[in-house]
Amino acid sequence: MDGFSTNHLIYLLNGLLWTVVLSALAFVLGGVAGFFVMLARTSHMRWLRRLSLIYVQIIQGTPLLILMFVIYFGLGVVGVELPPLMAAGVGMMIYSSAYLGEIWRGCVESVPRTQFEAAECLALTRWQILVDVILPQALRIATPPTVGFMVQLVKNTSLASVVGFVELTRAAQVINNSLFQPFLIFGIAAAFYFCVCYPLSLWSRSLERKLNVGRR
Amino acid sequence: MNYQFDFEALLPYWQSFLQGATTTIQMTVVAVAIGLVIGVLCAIARRSAYPWLRLIVGIYIEIVRNTPFIVQIFFIFFGLSSMGITMPVFFASVFAMVINVGAYTAEIVRAGMEAVHPSQIEAAEALGLSRFQIYRDIILMPSIERVYPALTSQFILMMLSTSITSQISAEELTGVANNIQSYTFRSFETYIVIALIYLAITYLLRAGFHAIALAIFPRRRRLGTPL
Repeated sequence: MDGFSTNHLIYLLNGLLWTVVLSALAFVLGGVAGFFVMLARTSHMRWLRRLSLIYVQIIQGTPLLILMFVIYFGLGVVGVELPPLMAAGVGMMIYSSAYLGEIWRGCVESVPRTQFEAAECLALTRWQILVDVILPQALRIATPPTVGFMVQLVKNTSLASVVGFVELTRAAQVINNSLFQPFLIFGIAAAFYFCVCYPLSLWSRSLERKLNVGRR
Repeated sequence: MNYQFDFEALLPYWQSFLQGATTTIQMTVVAVAIGLVIGVLCAIARRSAYPWLRLIVGIYIEIVRNTPFIVQIFFIFFGLSSMGITMPVFFASVFAMVINVGAYTAEIVRAGMEAVHPSQIEAAEALGLSRFQIYRDIILMPSIERVYPALTSQFILMMLSTSITSQISAEELTGVANNIQSYTFRSFETYIVIALIYLAITYLLRAGFHAIALAIFPRRRRLGTPL
């Protein structure tokens, strides 16, 4: 049995690349979907608010792992053959849309009520109120928690390994199955995740500090 | 799409589902109870006068918070067995969960402690309260009360994360589901059913945490509002 070689390291680095790709995909797609979830959650129409609330509650009340399984097996049942990247991407997108939508709803609602009222008095349309008055203010509040959520997202891409997508965790598992040096291999994998997540954590924290200075 | 849903095939297994759900709740309760204690101790250690203690606890918290739970589980479970230490999967899972919950709790409780105004501590000292009394009544309980919503949602996220322990073949809800779907070939239905069970457990836990809050916090106020 051979020891850990550079080939294994390259395989892990390749896994890391796919982890980053999947995270980016989840963030961009989930961000777009999350924007609509936020719109629906703050809508004037009661049924739309209810419906989006149910959506968010279901996604936040079930494990991502189960969501992955449902999509993986569900798509197979419907007869759609998606490549693993897309299947994992769809799962991550649904997951992040619910969380981002809920985070952003909180940010929109923390913009003072009077701002909405003043904008309405100026006869701005719904869309103008949102784009020109509310979003610029909400964006400032939303940045730190959004960056913080990106850490969650990167970590949760590890669950894509269960539906056979070869990202960092799966790559580590594959290597561990042949070498059985779990401390070394999962230690390296953990270090890789740490290198991606820790800068994001620090960034989120410093953004938060800056924001607090502005509001104090 | 001409798929025939067949939930009836799962009916004979309702006891297994129930067993799995019970295990999930057991793991969560044990891990949260121990993790809460460790987290509070770490939060106190983060404020200690010794720099080395602050540093060690800080490293522990940052490592756990910035790596995925599934990697932590593999590291612990396969790592220990490679050293020749074998333990039941239940204990290995709970062990990994405790380490995870501890770090998150520490960070949340620390945030609550930082929000305690120094003048409150000075006032307590002026009243002649002992160090222990100050920590318990002035710093710890009010900060836990302040961060209670964040704390409980973290615990519920931990409950959802127990599903990951099925990857080391723990016999909790997801592990049970993996078995059942391989007997019945009704994977889609199985996972929909356990998604609903997880949802039910989420609401059960939320109600439980709310009841606990009513019992332990003397003031009747909306949780999470400023003290």
